Amino acid sequence: MIGDVLTVAWKEWREFLLIRGSYRAGAISLLLILGVFGVFLPLQFGPDLIQSPILLIYWAWMPVMLVISLIADAFAGERERHTLETLLASRLSDRAILLGKVVAGISYGWGVAMVGVALAIVTENIAHRGDRFIIFSPGQAAVIVVGTLLTAALAATGGVLASLRAATVRQAQQFLMLGTMALIFVPAFGSRLLPAPWRHAIADFVGRTSITTVVVILLAILLGVDLLLLALASARFQRHRLILD
Amino acid sequence: MDNLTIQVSAGSIFGFLGPNGAGKTTTIRLLLGLLAPTSGSATVLGHDTRSAAPAIRERTGALLEFSGLYERLTAADNLEFYGRVWHLPRAARAARIQELLTHFGLWERRREFVRTWSRGMKQKLALARTLLHRPTLVFLDEPTAGLDPIAAAGLRTDLAALAGREGVTVFLTTHNLTEAEKLCAQVGIIRAGRLVAVGPLEQLRARSSTPRIEIVGRNLTEQVAAALRGMPGVLGTALHDGRLTVELERDASTAPLIQRVLAAGGEVEEARKAVASIEEVFLTLMHEAEPPK
Repeated sequence: MIGDVLTVAWKEWREFLLIRGSYRAGAISLLLILGVFGVFLPLQFGPDLIQSPILLIYWAWMPVMLVISLIADAFAGERERHTLETLLASRLSDRAILLGKVVAGISYGWGVAMVGVALAIVTENIAHRGDRFIIFSPGQAAVIVVGTLLTAALAATGGVLASLRAATVRQAQQFLMLGTMALIFVPAFGSRLLPAPWRHAIADFVGRTSITTVVVILLAILLGVDLLLLALASARFQRHRLILD
Repeated sequence: MDNLTIQVSAGSIFGFLGPNGAGKTTTIRLLLGLLAPTSGSATVLGHDTRSAAPAIRERTGALLEFSGLYERLTAADNLEFYGRVWHLPRAARAARIQELLTHFGLWERRREFVRTWSRGMKQKLALARTLLHRPTLVFLDEPTAGLDPIAAAGLRTDLAALAGREGVTVFLTTHNLTEAEKLCAQVGIIRAGRLVAVGPLEQLRARSSTPRIEIVGRNLTEQVAAALRGMPGVLGTALHDGRLTVELERDASTAPLIQRVLAAGGEVEEARKAVASIEEVFLTLMHEAEPPK
């Protein structure tokens, strides 16, 4: 089973790298992404990008942006290019196909994000040479490693679900765009729609709780959402339904 | 599909013929367990399609309506992926990929992206992928559709050679009747989801066409034809371009016909039993299966 998941992920990775038509173009595109996230933006933000806890959000968002640009292709692309039926006619189990695509998305988003983080540390230390080495605290590092993994998983599971439901890649991209906007705007503006006592209770709870606990709760919620999306995608993945679609 | 029962002997090429929309592709999907039948059951390689579809897909290969190739990847990557899917060990996988690509004349071009290839080359690669893991049974859904005659003939030759060499059973759907005639030991004919006829082509030919004799010679006139029409066993005659065609009952003897032609003043240069073309057989069977209006 794990071997089959990795086989599907291997194929997906090749397709990610070749999405621009050649390995060279794929490598250039990847270098550009790393250049923006690992060099250009760290130079703009300065050491705050590494030292300020609020900028953890920046790192958490990075894999989301990376994954949603590719994951819409997962099933909708196979359907559009008429490769899905042959894949479904192979010996691969439903779970191996589904998880292979999710794993490919997560490993891409998380892997590139981790390289971006490492590059940002190098950039900051070169640009702001001083007495001390600029690096994340152990707590921040743990949150970045786990947080980027979970946000990559959020984009990958949500993306695979959208791709399963969509007839075309474009439609899947639209679903994902709406989902991403909801992720941004619902927490920002949705809280205003809550009754005042609820808002006060939440603010009170956050005020009384340590930042570590708040982060752990947020990560746990994120993990729960990831698992829920994976379960929904798993329920949606039915060979006969995909064929008839 | 409606009450479809077919038995295909191991190691043979079975042709599944029918017009567009007859249910050929649906049958393949049902047999691979990609679709579940609303009622009834099917057994493929001893496994039930409802309860043991993964076991069926484990031992089968499929070249479906579309080639199913990843056009962004190279030819070698396509085969590498499906070799991994079927758990071929690394060395065996590499050897098998080389063997098949060499057979199809594609080895030198294995590092090219599939999107740059012609349709004929893609179909050959897709056939190589289908046979990669040495399946017991392969399903081929109109493999030569859309190919030019030369590419189609080449693919047919490759298919026949590989099927013979590897002892694989082939379930081939097509509406190319010549293809079925050249490749298939047995054929099944389907119309609107119902099996119209099944069996060796010769058997279907005998069943669905009346025996005929074609006589070529001189002085084959309407008078000669009229002389034949009264004979026992003769169903009808037709004259075209000085060629006399006589339709006979199934067990009618032919020698007396020749004597009657000679007696009526005709000269016979050649007399041969005419064989109905597969197209005639197909059209006759389709006509017979047509629901009454």
